Amino acid sequence: MFLNRRKLLASTAAGAVAGAAGPFVIRDLHAQDVVKVAGIHDTSGGLDIYGKQMVATMDLAVNEINAAGGVLGRKIQLINYDPQSNIQFYTQYATEAATKEKVAVVHGGITSASREAIRPLLKRFNTLYFYNTLYEGGVCDRNIFCTGSTPAQTVEKLVPYVQKKWGKKIYTIAADYNYGHITAKWVKKYAQDNGGEVVQTDFFPLDVTDFGPTIKKIQAAKPDLVMSALVGAAHISFYRQWAAAGMNKQIPLASTTFGNEVVITSPEEHNGFVVAFGYLEGIDTPANKKFVEIVHGKYGIPHMTELATMTYHGVHLWADAVKKANSLDRMKVIEALEGGAAYDGPAGKTTIDPKTHHTVLDVYIGEAKDKKFVVVEKFLQQTPADTAAVCDLKKNPNENKQYVIDVKT
Amino acid sequence: MDYAIILLLQIGSAIASLVLLSIGLAVIFGMMRVINLAHGEFLMLGGYAAITAYNKGVNLWIAMLVVAPLTVGLFGALVERLVIRHLYGRLIDTMLATWGLSLAMIGFVTVVFGNTVSGISAPLGSLSIGGYRTGRYEIFLIGVAALLLVAGWLVLRYTRLGLIARGTMQNSAMAAALGTNPSAVYAVTFAVGAALTGLAGGLLAPLSGVVPTIGAAYIAKAFITVISGGAAILSGTAIASALLGAINTITTFAFTSVLGEVALLVAAVVLLRLLPQGITGRFFRRAL
Amino acid sequence: MKRLASHLGNVVVLVVGLGVLFGLPALAETYLIINATIFAAFAILALSLALIWGYAGILCFGQAAFFGLGGYTYAVAAINFGETTSAAALAILLPTIFAALLGYFMFWGRISDVYLGVITLTVSLILYRFVNQTAGEQWNIGDAPLGGFNGIPATPILNWPGRPGDQLAPEDIFSLTVGLLLIAYFACKILLATRFGRIMVAIRENETRAELLGYDVRLYKLAIFMVGGALAALSGLLFANSVFVSPTMFSLPVSGQIIIWVIIGGLGTLIGPLVGCILMQVLTNQLGTLNQVKGFAWVDPNLVLGVLLVVFVLLVPRGLTGLATDAWRRLAGLARRPPPAAAQPVQERTSNP
Repeated sequence: MFLNRRKLLASTAAGAVAGAAGPFVIRDLHAQDVVKVAGIHDTSGGLDIYGKQMVATMDLAVNEINAAGGVLGRKIQLINYDPQSNIQFYTQYATEAATKEKVAVVHGGITSASREAIRPLLKRFNTLYFYNTLYEGGVCDRNIFCTGSTPAQTVEKLVPYVQKKWGKKIYTIAADYNYGHITAKWVKKYAQDNGGEVVQTDFFPLDVTDFGPTIKKIQAAKPDLVMSALVGAAHISFYRQWAAAGMNKQIPLASTTFGNEVVITSPEEHNGFVVAFGYLEGIDTPANKKFVEIVHGKYGIPHMTELATMTYHGVHLWADAVKKANSLDRMKVIEALEGGAAYDGPAGKTTIDPKTHHTVLDVYIGEAKDKKFVVVEKFLQQTPADTAAVCDLKKNPNENKQYVIDVKT
Repeated sequence: MDYAIILLLQIGSAIASLVLLSIGLAVIFGMMRVINLAHGEFLMLGGYAAITAYNKGVNLWIAMLVVAPLTVGLFGALVERLVIRHLYGRLIDTMLATWGLSLAMIGFVTVVFGNTVSGISAPLGSLSIGGYRTGRYEIFLIGVAALLLVAGWLVLRYTRLGLIARGTMQNSAMAAALGTNPSAVYAVTFAVGAALTGLAGGLLAPLSGVVPTIGAAYIAKAFITVISGGAAILSGTAIASALLGAINTITTFAFTSVLGEVALLVAAVVLLRLLPQGITGRFFRRAL
Repeated sequence: MKRLASHLGNVVVLVVGLGVLFGLPALAETYLIINATIFAAFAILALSLALIWGYAGILCFGQAAFFGLGGYTYAVAAINFGETTSAAALAILLPTIFAALLGYFMFWGRISDVYLGVITLTVSLILYRFVNQTAGEQWNIGDAPLGGFNGIPATPILNWPGRPGDQLAPEDIFSLTVGLLLIAYFACKILLATRFGRIMVAIRENETRAELLGYDVRLYKLAIFMVGGALAALSGLLFANSVFVSPTMFSLPVSGQIIIWVIIGGLGTLIGPLVGCILMQVLTNQLGTLNQVKGFAWVDPNLVLGVLLVVFVLLVPRGLTGLATDAWRRLAGLARRPPPAAAQPVQERTSNP
């Protein structure tokens, strides 16, 4: 008995010591065992509507890769950070991920501002970076891969489609920041290229909720259609007030940004809106159906957007490149990605364009119908022509900036 | 001609929305000299109450006009009992505590409802004026705002409750000495203010939708309107709303919505510099 | 005895400060140094409000205006000058002048209390709105695009004076920021110990009395308001060097955050808000990684901060420093003699005469 007790004491003591030292020992072991990957997405604050689904699809992709044996014989460990829709935390978490956790790759960033906050840091710390959001284009940096669509890919197809359908005169309303301004310029360019015109363009700060005067101004201008590049929760008010004034029956509306809004607005408000994205939930392929089922069911996300789906593609693209390079070395993985890496997934085929580090992707035009988008047309393998006009990383591998693309109209 | 009517209607609707946004805050400020910084979140809560009730099958009008004010009124009474009561006479502390409350409410609603609650569409349809269309619901809101002001005036002027309220506004110590129970008056005031705010939140929900952070879009405007208006609840709110709403709308029509907002803010700053106690601190001092 | 305690406090602050300044870079990892730089930059901002609210009774809801102006002036000037020393000087000077103008406008208009809060809040909202809508090309100042909502990601890093292009390393920025924080802290201490500081406190306690004694209250308020503006601008300039400038610097949440730091740390002290700032930064930083831990997915940062603020206002109105001094007094009292029954002086919040 005594002996037993002594034995017990000894073993507890040993256990306590191991417990105390545990985190360090285990972490070191883990460093051998796992490949760490960081995700930085806002899961609280105003952007959580996107952040939460991006975290979900990232988790899904990592689980799939792990179930298939991981990469290089090691499991992937996903570390999620929530910057709370606050730029300052992006800086802090990116530094932490790169220097403390020494992750192999960082996926994340939703707004362009958040991307520009962490891009230089990750370059400085030699950590590979994937930005999976649709954005205004122009980033030219060999350390980053931008998997989302850019205006030249979506607007180029959307504008002629709706002009043919509804008429030539367009009234543009856009969010008042880089993305909105650049998208508005592309709308103008493609409208003119197709023999039409933009009668007026109005910009709205992201927190504007009262669109009454604007709706009256649009009526005074009598356009054939309204092109919306409104962004964020506050701007959803526009669609409500537009419907409340009965305008959705009078003037049709097209958008490059009306995505998740389809769940939040009602069918009377949004039926008939036409959109263009690199992914729509209504894509009728087995791969997408399975994807949507898992995301709806297991993760409880009501509606999938391009941002979250491209995050899923991005993680797979990275994992495939690691396998191909047979190494985690940053340059080797970059070279593998530049060597025509492609992933066939729910959004169709996504191919890395080696010159711009953007993607060649399928673009879908969809029509909103009863809280869903019906795909009405698709354009295979659209190139990121806007970024390609200013950026050639094959020729200038040391470039490190975001160009403001000069749209000639 | 039709453009002029539309312009006037738009100005009216801007003024009405300012009145709705700030009347609850004005009641609480006018009576208790308490600034409720969770006001924006009270509006948000009113919106959620209306929408949740509607989605559960309650008639839309009952959801907006009864459920929303009742829910927020009760919540207000609870807040008064738990927090505000302990901070009377400490204006700054009340502001800070209600600010904390506002953050907590944003967090709580996000956790409970998430960010993807679908809204309700505006009822009543639309009508055309000449070559223009406008929502009947917007005109309905102008009516509600006017009705609220008139009803408020009648209550304050002709009822016993109004008498007590006016007495408390003018000199709360004297009112207490004459036999009113200040603690009860304050509790009722806060609940009524909260209920009015809930009503506004419910009524505005079809036009603006609900997200947990929507309060931030409202609070500054409501705050500025009430302070510019000064201590008289009804006339202060009405005059400040009319002035700021008109300036905002006209500038928006003439230029852009950003300039409209900036014009509103600049007007408020200039106003406060000239009349540091608000409009009714200087003019119409005897008004309600 | 009290004298001694206060000297002791200063020594402790100095030792801890110097310890962080020289110790941390030797020990810590890069991410800690970057975090600490941001914390220290914010601590200077906390100090600015601690000074003007805690000692002059001016509750400024728009301290973010000077913070943002400092950052933006620095970024725009540095991009145009191609050199940062003069840009940094300008980044302090310009917001200070702005504070002078705003202060003149308010104090000569005899605006006080909540009305002053509304005006400062409105001014920072106007700046926020303005900067937020500068995404178009027409808003380039010289070579610097203001960038609207996205801000200026290409904010240059400080260079060594006289050597343009020779940028400071993150460790140098850290030393600079912590060093300036220490200097700012002790400068405020000295300022408050002067005649000027004492008159300031007299005005806070009773404005009318101070005026009747012959002091021009407006002038004193203006002066301290400018000092607060300059400190906030300095903080903005340092923040611009560790993150970058964007319109959120002007926003309501930033202004609010500063007030929360001061309340939690303790109004009417300098060290309290400083500690409050750093604790709250560490806390919000941790909240962002909490959702990894199972069972904590429901923890919303807003919920935690909000509840904390309410609890502090209701139960700990004198903040952490108040709590600490009470504990200290009780300990000291226990050692000497039993505390008298009514030993807890209820200190009325000073900003509310």
